[in-house]
Amino acid sequence: MADVTLRKVVKRYDEVEAVRGIDLDIADHEFVVLVGPSGCGKSTTLRMIAGLENITDGDIMIGGDVVNDVPPKDRDIAMVFQNYALYPHMTVAENMSFGLRLKRYPKAEIKTRIDEAARMLDIVELVDRKPKQLSGGQRQRVAMGRAIVRNPKVFLFDEPLSNLDAKLRVQMRIEIKKVHQKVRTTTVYVTHDQVEAMTLADRVVVMNHGRIEQIGTPNELYHKPATKFVASFIGSPAMNFIPCRLEDLAGKLHIRLTDRVVFPLPPARAARYQGVPRTDKLVLGLRPEHITEAKPHSEPGVETFDTVLDVTEPMGMETLIYFTLEGAQVCGRVNPNAGARDGGPLRLAVDLNNMHLLNEVTGVVL
Amino acid sequence: MTTVTIDKTAPTRKVKYGSMSRDRTWALRWSYFFLAIFAIFSLTPPIYMLITSLKSSAEISAATNPWWVFHPTLENYVGLLTSNQFLRFFWNSAIVSIFVVTITMLISVPAAFALARMRFWGSTVLATGVFLTYLIPETLLFIPLFKMFAVIGDWSGIQLINRWYVLLILYPTLTVPFCTWIMIGYFASIPKELDEAAIIDGASWFQTLTRIFIPVAFPGIIAATIFAFTVSWAQFLYPLVFTTSTDQLVMPVGIITTLIKGDVFNWGQIMTGALLGAAPPLIIYAFLMDYYIAGLTAGATKG
Repeated sequence: MADVTLRKVVKRYDEVEAVRGIDLDIADHEFVVLVGPSGCGKSTTLRMIAGLENITDGDIMIGGDVVNDVPPKDRDIAMVFQNYALYPHMTVAENMSFGLRLKRYPKAEIKTRIDEAARMLDIVELVDRKPKQLSGGQRQRVAMGRAIVRNPKVFLFDEPLSNLDAKLRVQMRIEIKKVHQKVRTTTVYVTHDQVEAMTLADRVVVMNHGRIEQIGTPNELYHKPATKFVASFIGSPAMNFIPCRLEDLAGKLHIRLTDRVVFPLPPARAARYQGVPRTDKLVLGLRPEHITEAKPHSEPGVETFDTVLDVTEPMGMETLIYFTLEGAQVCGRVNPNAGARDGGPLRLAVDLNNMHLLNEVTGVVL
Repeated sequence: MTTVTIDKTAPTRKVKYGSMSRDRTWALRWSYFFLAIFAIFSLTPPIYMLITSLKSSAEISAATNPWWVFHPTLENYVGLLTSNQFLRFFWNSAIVSIFVVTITMLISVPAAFALARMRFWGSTVLATGVFLTYLIPETLLFIPLFKMFAVIGDWSGIQLINRWYVLLILYPTLTVPFCTWIMIGYFASIPKELDEAAIIDGASWFQTLTRIFIPVAFPGIIAATIFAFTVSWAQFLYPLVFTTSTDQLVMPVGIITTLIKGDVFNWGQIMTGALLGAAPPLIIYAFLMDYYIAGLTAGATKG
């Protein structure tokens, strides 16, 4: 078990900079997820920690030791690949023990470890099978077993669930979480799926264009995104972005969305945005759950307005509604009994206590 | 988007099914027609050889139906299998082929692994270069090679010409490039993650080759082995040029040089010798075909 530290790590391929100076501290026992769109450098970062890619600049430390020039086999790490990468000619037990056999562990020790890992992953009856006799989920379990038996300092997961169907993915997600609760090995997990990132991670690292956008717990990222990228990437359906202006009306700070729609800001928000230049190009960020049907009793900071819906999507427990505001498509979540219908009018309430104000040019959340 | 309209009055489904099956029937008829032609074309010579090998010399020269044996005899087989000379040719061929296959595999498998996986400077150019050497015909090479060996013999006193083991140097010039090329293809089809997993598990390059790549690419190794064996077993030009003494000859050359005396062709024994010579490759094909076809990579990655 060990902590992992990245200091100004850079990866350059010829002219392309895949990773542009990353600083990251991963504590012992921590489960950290690197998430971002494809090509954001998350996989490259993971492969640099594994030692499968050389680093162009910076330092990587595992357990306090700089491992920049240490070959993968001496880094004491285990990796689970997206396509499982099981050895097709070996049985499950042989697959899991390959690393231990190379290191000449005693036979009894190898057997104990395989039995233990197989029990933990519920693959005891599969140990004598070949990979081609296994289903996708079972193969992924074996790949995890191969990592567990090594008892390494760090687990590295490279999009391990991407090849599974949606139902199995949810199941394996829980399985991975259970395994981490039992073995508590420091884990770095790469995915492009923000739901996976949110559900698994102690801390999430959101990456974009080879840089870290924000590091935080799942709740921090959801409720206090630092940039527009993080705000739009985390959460489904995504956060709404509506062009807006700050205005001082009757001595109070207001936010104007359209010529007709203008809301007074709640006191806490007004104090926070007081110093923002009124001429800046601004965007209002609102999550769909903060746009709901208007309730009879208004609460402080919740403002109402009338609109005409474009489309509704009944989901059962709620109905997603879509309408247009100043050219921006806006999504809200209303009660299924609120009377929302395609093309119909609806009185909506926006919860400005949970609003975000973003600078449109810099993308920074104010 | 196109819309699909279903016309209930027209028996669309039936007609479609019928035309499908008619297409299939015709495709099968043509396939069988050409397969039959091909079978006749390639099986006629060995059948004719078999018929002739069962005849006595008198019957071969008699003006009877050449496609029928009236007095079958095994005298050609007995004659060859009891002749020390023929057994010597057979032995020479077997030794040369086994050595050449071994040498070829020992060179081309590690070479292919290096060229396919250990991305070093110039590896792609080298891989193409290996294939290009295969394109140079042996008819172009045998004279300079002969001269080379003669010079080496003059300088060092090591006599290579007219020794069967000179073939162990010559045949790999034909087999190594092609086998390396086959193996590069096979190794390239193995997913990259498999060697990365092995590297993380602590395997060296050599262990990755011997414990992962060779077992996984076993069908490819069988294919390359069959190729190397066939080439060295059937090679004619090099042994004809480089070996002359009867105790150094391999079978194809031996049959031609000893069973044709001037203008006298001992057809019965020539056919018998050729048939017996064709047996080992046939047996090897029969045994290894299953391995060759079996897809061992199934289950390595997703799917």
